[in-house]
Amino acid sequence: MDITVSILLTIATAATPLLIAAIGELVVERSGVLNLGVEGMMVMGAVAGFGAGYLTGSPWIGLAAAIVVGALFSLLFAVMTLSLATNQVATGLSLTLLGLGLSGMLGTGFVGLPGERLPNLYIPLLTDLPVIGKLLFGQDPIFYISIALVFGVSWFLFKTRTGLTLRSIGDSHTSAHALGIQVIKYRYLAVMFGGACAGLAGGHLSLVYTPQWVENMTAGRGWIALALVVFASWRPLRVLAGAYIFGAVWIGQLHAQAFGIPIPSQFLSSLPYLATIVVLVIISRNKRLTMMNTPASLGQAFVPDR
Amino acid sequence: MRLELVKRPQRSVLFSALSPFIAFALTVVAGAILFALLGINPLTAFYTYFISPITEVWQLHELAIKAAPLILIAVGLSVCFRSNIWNIGAEGQFVFGAIVGSVIPVLYPDMQGPFVLPLMLVMGMIGGAVYAAIPAFLKTRFNTNEILTSLMLVYVAQLFLDWLVRGPWRDPKGFNFPQTVQFNPSAVLPELMPMSGRANLGFVFALVAAVLIWILMSRMLKGFEIRVLGSSPRAGRFAGFSFNRMVFFAFMLSGALAGLAGISEVSGAIGQLQPSISPGYGFTAIIVAFLGRLNPLGIVAAGLVLGLTYLGGEAAQSVLGISDKVARVFQGMLLFFVLGCDTLIHYRIRLVGLAPTPKLETAPKLEEAH
Repeated sequence: MDITVSILLTIATAATPLLIAAIGELVVERSGVLNLGVEGMMVMGAVAGFGAGYLTGSPWIGLAAAIVVGALFSLLFAVMTLSLATNQVATGLSLTLLGLGLSGMLGTGFVGLPGERLPNLYIPLLTDLPVIGKLLFGQDPIFYISIALVFGVSWFLFKTRTGLTLRSIGDSHTSAHALGIQVIKYRYLAVMFGGACAGLAGGHLSLVYTPQWVENMTAGRGWIALALVVFASWRPLRVLAGAYIFGAVWIGQLHAQAFGIPIPSQFLSSLPYLATIVVLVIISRNKRLTMMNTPASLGQAFVPDR
Repeated sequence: MRLELVKRPQRSVLFSALSPFIAFALTVVAGAILFALLGINPLTAFYTYFISPITEVWQLHELAIKAAPLILIAVGLSVCFRSNIWNIGAEGQFVFGAIVGSVIPVLYPDMQGPFVLPLMLVMGMIGGAVYAAIPAFLKTRFNTNEILTSLMLVYVAQLFLDWLVRGPWRDPKGFNFPQTVQFNPSAVLPELMPMSGRANLGFVFALVAAVLIWILMSRMLKGFEIRVLGSSPRAGRFAGFSFNRMVFFAFMLSGALAGLAGISEVSGAIGQLQPSISPGYGFTAIIVAFLGRLNPLGIVAAGLVLGLTYLGGEAAQSVLGISDKVARVFQGMLLFFVLGCDTLIHYRIRLVGLAPTPKLETAPKLEEAH
């Protein structure tokens, strides 16, 4: 029983950064913007979180720094794609490249240092309950934020008028503009929300998952988050499911490596990436369904005419 | 104050030519600020970074070594990007090409003779092309996003190489180091001018590839087909061009060139396989392609510039004592500025004051609600 609980806990820890980054990107894509810079924003969040936590000695300040840096970094993307109407794919890629370089440079001095870890929740009695205590009441704070984000975003997108407006912008920015909606303003906010989420996801890696700084420590998680959004056909609750499936794959291969299963560790390590490809193939096979779910203006630059 | 874009009636020839230079100038300025923030005199840093790595002849050879893979990969990518196909997995095709091309020198080191090297190069190209065919197949057959699949395959290729050099392909006499045997002389890419430096045939491949792709894109029907399908798939279909065939063509061509770059790097600059054979050439080549305006001849120049950023990074590390990651930062900034400046080709930028902009009076219902 204890083993099951601890495995479930590690799966939740592995799934949380994927979940947060994907939920952020989902909002961005629902507004019609494709930001391929998730990996870059995430790694910036990770280095900022670790750095601020290490220098101040408070992981909470680290957490705040990760969020703020993620949002600020995404602003760069927003200015380029929204105000200057640059190609979103290329700009997102350059955000990732810049983020990987910048974080590597800023983090040179942090390599090998012990970091601050966010403490797990502890509520007397509740956390001590057998089995469910640890799962429900004993996890790290970002886990609870991630769950709140899923339901919050789901409610926002489908139950509020602002959410409806955001989705309408993603489906047809020209019509939304003709209705007098400030397309660019909404998109700025959406992109920065996505950036804050990616930063938080990165902060989770360097403040909870492995409290240290390793260069490129995101290891493709930002890209997997992008794939999760497609997998979830742009629905928050399905992102939740997808993130936990991927968390399980990630943890499963680590356990398999630890148990000494006679498969080379490199093959096991490549499983999450191969799983991403397989999942994408299965999901996008049905062309009509994909087209129906994809925000129709996704990835197209918008320049308001007057 | 805010920016407003005004569409130009036609693309500006002036900015089309100027934008890479403006972008480079902006990168230098931003770099100077960055260095100043790090507490380093910008002029010293600038000299160390951009001038000192190319003051001697042997250093020019090093530049050619760095630029060759960038140019090779980027001319292939330019075909993809022109056709609106987003192959961002060139790094994986580079690695896989290097692996397939190394089969002979690693597994059959006794095989020697003048035919070995050409065979290796061809196998490298085939390896890269086949690896690139995977995302092409998934895109055409299952409608799968090629950006994500091609990128995921990068990680897979790197892990595969890691397994090979630590496992079955490890040099038994290599003191347990994760590397293969040294390639024998007939499997090594010859140097161009051994008297003055290390530059090898790879640079010639890069130049030839650039010229060939330039001819293909601007003088041949296939190039026209790619450009039409890239700018308007619908128009392309009416012209009877096959979108799926073009996807395969673009992917496999760029994969083959990335594979050639991979095997050239391994057999020329490195001389054996090891866990890491590329400082991110496949990704940097994306920047090269855009900086070169997706034009093969522009890419040659851009490849030299980006090659210089690698050398500058190394120089900055040894002379100024800052991380060589600064090269990555420069590369990222450069791409940002290039993309931003490209906006000037299609749009005029106007600064608008805070004066009230004419607003629609007729009930924008959605807006009123909050």
